[in-house]
Amino acid sequence: MKKLMGRDKDREITKPIYHLDRAVAEIEKKIIEAFEVFDHECNKTVDVREIGSIVRSLGCFPTEAELHELLAKVEEEEPTGYIHLEKFLPVMTKVLLDRSYRPIPEDVLLHAFEALDENKCGYITKEELVKYLTEEGEPFTREEMEDMLSTALDPETNTIRYRDYISMVVVDES
Amino acid sequence: MGSGSSVNANYKYSLQKSENAFKAAVLIQRWYRRHVARLEMRRRCTWRIFQSIEYACEQDQIKLHNFFSYLMDHFTPSSSRERDFISRMFISGESFKEAELEKYCDYESMEVPDSYTGPRLSFPLLPDHATALLEAFKQKQQLHARYVLNLLHETRKHLKQLPNISHVSTCYSEEVTVCGDLHGQLDDLFLIFYKNGLPSPSKSYVFNGDFVDRGKQSLEILIVLFTFLLIYPKEVHLNRGNHEDHMVNLRYGFAKEVMQKYKVHGKKILKMIQNVFCWLPLATLIDQKVLIIHGGISDATDLDMLEKIQRNKFISVLRGKKRKESNRNVEIQEINGESKVEADPAGNEAAPGLSPQLQPGQAPSMANRLEFSRWVRQTVQEQIEWCRKLVDISESEEEELTYSSVVSLTDLDGPCWTRQEEWKQILDILWSDPMPQEGCRVNTVRGGGCYFGPDVTGKILEKYNLQFLIRSHECKQEGYEFCHNRKWRVEVCRESTVKSQKPSVWPDPHETSAILKDFALVLTIFSASNYYEIGSNRGAYVKLGPDLVPHFVQYQANKTAHTLTMTQRQGFPVALYSPSQNSERKNFGRISRVEESAFRALREKLFAHTSALISAFKAYDKDNTGRITLSNWATAVESVLHLGLPWRMLRPQLVRSTADGMLEYKSWLDDLAMEQRSQEICSNCSEKAESCQKGYKECDHVVFQHIQSSLLEVIYRNRSNLETIFRIIDRDHSGLISFEEFHQTWKLFSSHMNIELTDDGINDLVRSIDFNKDGNIDFNEFLEAFRLVKQSQ
Repeated sequence: MKKLMGRDKDREITKPIYHLDRAVAEIEKKIIEAFEVFDHECNKTVDVREIGSIVRSLGCFPTEAELHELLAKVEEEEPTGYIHLEKFLPVMTKVLLDRSYRPIPEDVLLHAFEALDENKCGYITKEELVKYLTEEGEPFTREEMEDMLSTALDPETNTIRYRDYISMVVVDES
Repeated sequence: MGSGSSVNANYKYSLQKSENAFKAAVLIQRWYRRHVARLEMRRRCTWRIFQSIEYACEQDQIKLHNFFSYLMDHFTPSSSRERDFISRMFISGESFKEAELEKYCDYESMEVPDSYTGPRLSFPLLPDHATALLEAFKQKQQLHARYVLNLLHETRKHLKQLPNISHVSTCYSEEVTVCGDLHGQLDDLFLIFYKNGLPSPSKSYVFNGDFVDRGKQSLEILIVLFTFLLIYPKEVHLNRGNHEDHMVNLRYGFAKEVMQKYKVHGKKILKMIQNVFCWLPLATLIDQKVLIIHGGISDATDLDMLEKIQRNKFISVLRGKKRKESNRNVEIQEINGESKVEADPAGNEAAPGLSPQLQPGQAPSMANRLEFSRWVRQTVQEQIEWCRKLVDISESEEEELTYSSVVSLTDLDGPCWTRQEEWKQILDILWSDPMPQEGCRVNTVRGGGCYFGPDVTGKILEKYNLQFLIRSHECKQEGYEFCHNRKWRVEVCRESTVKSQKPSVWPDPHETSAILKDFALVLTIFSASNYYEIGSNRGAYVKLGPDLVPHFVQYQANKTAHTLTMTQRQGFPVALYSPSQNSERKNFGRISRVEESAFRALREKLFAHTSALISAFKAYDKDNTGRITLSNWATAVESVLHLGLPWRMLRPQLVRSTADGMLEYKSWLDDLAMEQRSQEICSNCSEKAESCQKGYKECDHVVFQHIQSSLLEVIYRNRSNLETIFRIIDRDHSGLISFEEFHQTWKLFSSHMNIELTDDGINDLVRSIDFNKDGNIDFNEFLEAFRLVKQSQ
């Protein structure tokens, strides 16, 4: 984008660039809003542990690894445990403009659950799910696992009926 | 060969399977973490909405004060009736002399019928009386008025002997339990007693103010607390809060509760309580090290002064009084400026960001606050004037001399403080809030007290050799919260082991070979769970032993399922600003209900500002297309509402449909209006207006349509002020005011708000309610008809 703007500086393509400026300004306002929700001391800093929540609530679906990469770009030279808005803003703006960390559509999520459902019976047992999610991929912490189970688990059968779970969550999100 | 290749195939297959499993796991985890983050954001936004609306409501106090000032300056009564009417607004809070009070609130002649099955109290009280009361309240019984008054008399007698600052020592009782705001939520008090045990010689309690208002069982809480206070005077300590104030009680529901429960004797009870509140101690000190006050401190806080002043002279915080001539011109301009811009129904002038309205904000640091300060043009002198004006000064009262006042009169060597200095001390103690930034600013959101920074805290703690402050006054999601972390220097001996964990003095700047440790200087404790809405927050209490290390117990009263959930935490020291990061994740279902409630309140607020919003939107729609961008929508809304909320985050829940990222603002506002008006109740059949059985044309609710929507907006915007004014006028607390008074009130109010309200307009209002009560108007019904009374009350 930047290169394009540079080359087109001399051309009279004012309208698209104008729109781009506006789009960028709007994106920046969104980022600042989300940032400030977590800025408890109102001094344009947030605890580094909240960056994940901020990035994700802006519509991104990064993996933990991708998040660490991003953190590396916004942390101070000597990490203080706090992230400054002035460092975060340009990095996050680019993320949103580039549409990095795309969302996961409902059907892709469904396929993922189905992949873990070996017998294709429409549910996964608690033990299986716990094993997969705490040992594979980017493992859940115990807290995360318990939290997911608290809403996903059907206590009578001790299974996760993933279709129901997905549709319940999707409804509530919208 | 065959088997070899099948082994290979198996291997490849299982490799692929595990790859797939890995990918699937990553996907689910990635999705889930995003889901949780979104919930977290929604939760925080919901909290912010509640807080900003609550503080904006407290801002109304300022508006009310301005209304009174306006009356004093502008209204020339044209008849003796009018003059009486106005003067009633200012005299209704006068205090009684002791003898008069006893005579007026006499209870001894009150007969208790044999049919009465509730607890019967006799004095001096015994522990059995307390258990009987608790049991009776659990059964929803009511204590007979005679016993209530008797209890109040005895409480008053006891409180008068107490000093302004209570002293508690942990060497007598092992632990002291400190509770924060209860706000009439008796279930929470029951929970605390259930988990922690009743007050007793081995169980000390400090209750840090705000026992009443908002919740529906404020009186029961007072009765229980006063009972324990009299039974265990050494172990039970009460601090006054900003809600222990009759003017505040008129607005926030306590006065109403008492009158509803005690129709005959309610007035007497309220009068006594008003007096008892004045005698509540102002602060508690534990081991000379921990200071407990309801609100906070300021850089001027002077414990010596606080110990010596006559605390009972501080009756109420929110009444305007005749001002000196010199300030008149200054104030008039400001008030005129404010009313003109605020009540601009035609919406001609207001452009985004221009209106110098009162600017509420959600956190003390917002730049808005500085603008507000500039608007009020506070100088130090004016600040003192402001404080003095806020306080009710009854010139006519004659104080009987108590021990403390005798002492101060004869203490000729002592300092001589002005009255306004004394009242500022109390105001600061009851109304202040901590802020993250350094300094000490006027608390413009609350209308009284200060915002105090960590430097102020440090200074005061050092001055009086204290370790930390405990205060309440602000609702916290976890029931408690630390702030004002300070790095202490801790003595280190040569072997580099830490010598003492708890510094007892302010760090020595010349200290060498020290290590830094994080300690928090201020603890907020809040004991009313589900304060905004069921599921909104936990309550907590804190226990301190001789080591003065706080231990917390959290809880949440669940009214529907009658289940109690509690967790125990170890506090101090805490490195994080907010403990919510340590807590469990919120349950999914719990967010939605609280969230719905918050957004409903927010939409109502938006509706109440319809005219101003239209003008703000039009400024972005110069071509009059009827549409604006969503970005401009967010900016415009903030410029009108000044709530400091993240509107772009909230937009999906407020704006349902858009076309190409543009919003058709008129129809959006129409939808909001429809939602509000569908809440209105038909006065004829008490059905919701939209579903009235009688048929739209025949029923009286057709009158609602005739009421100007701009008037409706003003009513919504000022409803708590309206209610307060009605209650002030209604001196005998009957719930009725005459038609004449109703008319008068509206005329005054509309002239202050600068709206055209003709006599016909007022008649329309009156006709909209049922007032065939001998020419009197039941204002509760009036407010109810417009759904102006909050559903929880």
